Amino acid sequence: MLIVAAMILPGTAGAERGGDGHVSILYWQAPSQLNPYLSGGIKDTEAASLVLEPLARHDHRGNMVPWLAESVPTLANGGVSSDLTRITWTLREGLIWSDGTPVTSSDVVFTANYCMHPDGGCARLANFEDVEKVEALDELRVMITFSKPKPYPYGPFVGATVPILQAAQFAECTGERAPECTEANFNPVGTGPFRVTEFRSNDVITMEANPNYRDPEKPAFATLTFKGGGDAAAAARAVLETGEIDYAWNLQLAPDVLAAMQDAGKGTVVSSFGTLVERLMINLTDPDPAHGEERSTRTHPHPFLSDVRVRQALSMAIDRGLLAEIGYGQAGRPTCNVVPAPAAYVSTANDACFVQDMEGANRLLDEAGWSRGDDGVRTRNGVRLSVLYQTSTNAVRQDFQALIKQWWSEIGVETELRNVDASVFFGGDPGSPDTYQKFNADIEMYANSFEGTDPEPYLANWRCGNDPRPDNQWQGGNMPRYCSEVYDALLDRMSKTGGLAERSDLAKAMNDMLMQEYVMIPLVHRGRVSAHVRSLGGVLLNTWDSELWNIADWHRID
Amino acid sequence: MTRAGESYWLDVWRQFKVHKGALASAAFLTGVIVAVAAGPWLWPVDPQFIDVRARNAGMSLEHPLGTDQLGRDTLARVIAGGRTSLAVGVTAMAIALVLGTLVGVLAGYLRRIDGALMRLTDLFLALPLLPLLLVAILLFRDMLRSAFGPEAGIFILIVAVIGITSWMQTARVVRGEVMTIREREFVLAARSIGTSRRRIITRHILPNVMSPVLVSATLGIANAIITESALSFLGLGFPSDFPTWGRLLYDGVDYLQRYPERAMAPGLAISLTVLAVNYLGDGLRDALDPRIRTR
Repeated sequence: MLIVAAMILPGTAGAERGGDGHVSILYWQAPSQLNPYLSGGIKDTEAASLVLEPLARHDHRGNMVPWLAESVPTLANGGVSSDLTRITWTLREGLIWSDGTPVTSSDVVFTANYCMHPDGGCARLANFEDVEKVEALDELRVMITFSKPKPYPYGPFVGATVPILQAAQFAECTGERAPECTEANFNPVGTGPFRVTEFRSNDVITMEANPNYRDPEKPAFATLTFKGGGDAAAAARAVLETGEIDYAWNLQLAPDVLAAMQDAGKGTVVSSFGTLVERLMINLTDPDPAHGEERSTRTHPHPFLSDVRVRQALSMAIDRGLLAEIGYGQAGRPTCNVVPAPAAYVSTANDACFVQDMEGANRLLDEAGWSRGDDGVRTRNGVRLSVLYQTSTNAVRQDFQALIKQWWSEIGVETELRNVDASVFFGGDPGSPDTYQKFNADIEMYANSFEGTDPEPYLANWRCGNDPRPDNQWQGGNMPRYCSEVYDALLDRMSKTGGLAERSDLAKAMNDMLMQEYVMIPLVHRGRVSAHVRSLGGVLLNTWDSELWNIADWHRID
Repeated sequence: MTRAGESYWLDVWRQFKVHKGALASAAFLTGVIVAVAAGPWLWPVDPQFIDVRARNAGMSLEHPLGTDQLGRDTLARVIAGGRTSLAVGVTAMAIALVLGTLVGVLAGYLRRIDGALMRLTDLFLALPLLPLLLVAILLFRDMLRSAFGPEAGIFILIVAVIGITSWMQTARVVRGEVMTIREREFVLAARSIGTSRRRIITRHILPNVMSPVLVSATLGIANAIITESALSFLGLGFPSDFPTWGRLLYDGVDYLQRYPERAMAPGLAISLTVLAVNYLGDGLRDALDPRIRTR
């Protein structure tokens, strides 16, 4: 951590706490309270991350770094038991709360019990799934026991959503009383670089540097205002055009609008990429309405998309760089993987897709025996390469459809476009024929991502039998209706593997299978965009954790 | 006074000429219709062709109205959009007009079926258009798509549904007019000399209810154009790359600040066409109304 800090803080060595004055932050959604266990809102969690801290978190590259803990427990360092049911965390020595009392393992135990209280209605219960008990071994060590082997035991206390609360402050606030403790929920005692001086719900929070923060030189700012409300465009203007605010969060604006604002010269747009990928899903089954109830089910294979060479040609004809540039600007970049991040899980085996290859695609289809007819559309044995390509109604997606249609027409594939209202398309209503699960089309496009940094539940979507079909009310995440024994075997191995390196190898292998069989065609890796004024240094935008995760390192530059 | 039969339309034309606005509108509409009908020969650019390098281009000789965010030629798209929008507007209006006038005249003239027909009208008035369209699209889309192809299939569906759900206003207005005219002296006189019912309706009643019918027609065209664009916006209309004026307008709204001309071209086309149709209806009403004409 210190090395990272030194790298991003050139010339600030020897700086003193509070030496850089005031910093202002604008979130266009206003925080309503500062207890992440009582709110699912990102705005509340991120505001709270200035004050409350977890045992470990993910840095801007998606790597896990110890925070209040001394190190991240793993199988290799003995912190995780070999049967994968126990994990032992050790707190850093000498930590103190902002009120001057020491941080101990009992605070960690209390936080777990606070969230797992049966009457509590904790918003982070999913992080504590399968936790049997949490116990203090001594002043600094805490052991979490799971009810079954947990290959990825980093749910509790990793990330800004599950920080450590002070037992003394919240002792009277457990269970049903949790939401009633307004004073504690608005002004929690924390270990973070700042502490609250005034909290106005749904409006503005004023903070000052925590006098008991563990690094005596940080934070660089003596005071901080966290303003909430407005909209993304106004927030972007306040940073990029007028410079009155230092940092603005989540600026979902059209790329050219944002670029025009940045031209004003006051600020910089920064982007960071999580796991959200805009992709094409290929229907491996026949969506012909003549099949009735068996339409788009594994009973009838697709007449031409079951030929892998056709699928590959469709992928080769796409210029992903152009799609990213037109549709998302700085908030998008081309990708060839359905698992695009964190870095440790990203395969490089499919990078050929970055280059559009019309000639290659045409050659591939020629070799596969698909020959062009008089109208330029390829056919083989009376089967015509004519696809119905659906997506949700959204200006960027319709532009993508038009572009891809033109590229496919150049390789002799005819495309009909359809767009469905997003609330119907993603609505999941088994009575509607237009949902993305029903997939009554040959190809469909949407974006999907996974929570956190562990791709196992995400990759499990494409297991055999997880395909939407009538007897499971069209639920299930396997849109392409893919089924491979080899893939399933890899999934089974992953569910029993604890080592992070082996897990990432398995994830890559599965990603590569999906990519090299072209059952889905990734297009654009979509990210998050924020902005800061030019005089603010040290910002490292992080999509894996709070955007304000390293605010202790933020500083003023001239 | 009325002269011999063939000079009736001459008379109408003489009156119509007096209304300068209507005359100008007629000329404008003819121009629009000729332009969209002959567009592909006048401006032979494929409205769906994407030239990414020329995206967001301003007005130039190569692209007289500029290009959109994907580099498609705006002029070609406005022309192609006009074909669809006018075709939808006119066809849906014609269906609504025929249905509405038929129901209105029958209800107003034949007392026996008045009650039943008006309850039917109420029933249709109570039908919400968008849910009905949703259901119709669910039920018939695949069928029409396989029979006529995606674009023609949707065209038939949209035109039929808009036509079938927008005749009620016309029917009500026509019925009221017919009921007053039915009791007028000239109708009584015609009936007393033994004129047949059919002849009374076509010769005496229809010309007199022409003005409300024409007003409904003009509003109907405008309404149909706008309904079609709303449908495109919801993703229920034509495929997204198939230009119509409504779709072009909606696409342009996102770029209103930076490229206002992109929404202006289809917006002006819709407004001017609707305005011209309204003026034309106004002039036709004056020309066709026997009471005004003989003044």
